[in-house]
Amino acid sequence: MTDEVILQVRDLKTYFTVDEGVVKAVDGVSFDLHKGETLGIVGESGSGKSVTNLSIINMIPNPPGKIVGGQVLFSGKDLLKIPASELRHIRGNKISMIFQDPMTSLNPFLKISTQMIETIVLHQGLDKKAAKEKAIEMLKLAGIPAPEKRIDQYPHQFSGGMRQRVMIAMGLSCNPEILIADEPTSALDVTIQAQILELMQELTKRLGTAVILITHSLGVVAGMCDTLCVMYAGRIVERGKTDDIFEDPKHPYTQGLIRSVPRLDKENADRLYSIPGQPPNVIDLPDCCPFYPRCEKAKDICKKKYPPVTGFENGRAVSCWLYAEETK
Amino acid sequence: MARYFIRRALSLIPTLFVIVTLSFFLIRLAPGGPFAREKDVPEFILQNLLKRYHMDEPLGKQYLRYLGDILRWDLGPSFRYRDLSVNEIIDKGLPVSMTLGVTSLVLAVVSGIAVGIISALKQNKWPDYVAVSIAVIGISVPLFVMGPILQLFVGMRWKILPMGQWISVHGIKAIILPALTLSFPYFAYIARLSRASILEVLRSDYIRTARAKGLKESMVVWKHVLKGALLPVVTYLGPAFSGIVVGSVVVETTFLIPGIGRPFVQSALNRDYTLIMGEVIVYSVILIFANLVVDLIYGLLDPRISYK
Repeated sequence: MTDEVILQVRDLKTYFTVDEGVVKAVDGVSFDLHKGETLGIVGESGSGKSVTNLSIINMIPNPPGKIVGGQVLFSGKDLLKIPASELRHIRGNKISMIFQDPMTSLNPFLKISTQMIETIVLHQGLDKKAAKEKAIEMLKLAGIPAPEKRIDQYPHQFSGGMRQRVMIAMGLSCNPEILIADEPTSALDVTIQAQILELMQELTKRLGTAVILITHSLGVVAGMCDTLCVMYAGRIVERGKTDDIFEDPKHPYTQGLIRSVPRLDKENADRLYSIPGQPPNVIDLPDCCPFYPRCEKAKDICKKKYPPVTGFENGRAVSCWLYAEETK
Repeated sequence: MARYFIRRALSLIPTLFVIVTLSFFLIRLAPGGPFAREKDVPEFILQNLLKRYHMDEPLGKQYLRYLGDILRWDLGPSFRYRDLSVNEIIDKGLPVSMTLGVTSLVLAVVSGIAVGIISALKQNKWPDYVAVSIAVIGISVPLFVMGPILQLFVGMRWKILPMGQWISVHGIKAIILPALTLSFPYFAYIARLSRASILEVLRSDYIRTARAKGLKESMVVWKHVLKGALLPVVTYLGPAFSGIVVGSVVVETTFLIPGIGRPFVQSALNRDYTLIMGEVIVYSVILIFANLVVDLIYGLLDPRISYK
């Protein structure tokens, strides 16, 4: 990881218009991604993690979704403003994505070779033969045994873990600068999860790829990520270095999340902690801290106004009235 | 694959046997008979007729005799069309019905899929609304309305195409109006079917992957969407094929086409036992083979299906 920033997300807002009103799935998200960094985004289901990342490569289905504001700056260009043809050149090439469910993310009607070669031919301008060799090489890197043979098979001949390896191989085949992994292990069983994460970590380190890892597992984040963004109801409530956050979580929500992870290293016979209540309905959310109904430290001001960002040392930032001064 | 094909083809024999047996006895159960007329036939003539067609024998014997005949592909004489055998009627009519049916089906499939693609890609925009409206008209307007309307305007008023009769009279353009009429409801159904299934595939995870890879939308549709989306259409082709050949009765009547659809309906009304049986056998074979071909195409499209 270096100090060179390769991706800047600034005040990103993605809203979905539904019959009941406007869902502010992502409402003012900002973060930086450095070269070679692994950034974790955690949050409960529906907190806007996936929408944030689909917005980065402008793949929000419209209608009903729409990116209503903000910037995504990548190599000096705003990805939300460039023409579609230019954006296609970035998707899968400079920024690639792998998804949650490997069982459905590969096209069941096409051979692995077809699916891998089309990306390489498209972005690298290789001929089919060279592209196939490259694809085999990537599959080998991703730990697929006998890749020369396996490449001509169909997705249904692979197990879930193997399919996710194929997705990783495909995602990294054009040597992207950023790999966005949207809950890459949630659909896999635990032993395979560890293997896949290890593989991702090893390959991205070797290729110098920055990773945005979306997950709801703090364990995964602790093991893999340099920095961490905690999302709640469409906004980032706390961000900073992973170690700092685990050592001293500042936002009550982050504190709650960390307390609700089972710990093997602590003698603790008590019931596992869980944050009371449910995530808020994000339709027509008023301008308050969306966490206050569940917060043990809620104050009056929390119900009236969304807290501003308070900065701390080492790039730490928290949105909570516990740390902010109320300005009148 | 070859073994699968042979096994399926062989299964035709028991299936046909059941169909032949059931229909043979069922039509005998229907009241009336081939020689029942408004005017009573003198007793001695009736006896001669019955003897001539072996209908004076016990039913079991007639059945065995019929089985023996069809093993030699002799479908017997028609009871009503005295100078024609059932084989002759079918030999003459089947190519006509098949020509009309295949033309209509090809027309329905090609235009149906094309319209389905357009309306799925332009979902809830005007091309979609136009396509869906045409499809609803196609499904709800019956053939016996559609046919005469085309005859009236295209044939009679504008005199662009012949109003009726077959290629033997008017040449190849005679096929246009009846094929249009016959294909319309099938076109409409296929358009709706392919629209729905393309929309479903477009929302699937693997299409999201294809887009995230930076493929052009046209590439996404041609390479990634269509193969999966056309499976339901292929499934429908089996019943559609036999249906379009059988369903041509109305069109054959409207356009005076010498196919086998009209003799089929006539034979049922006339209790023309041998002709009914012959037609049932022909349609069964068509249906069974159409379904077999569909299954084979299915295996070619979907790699998850393998035939052993």
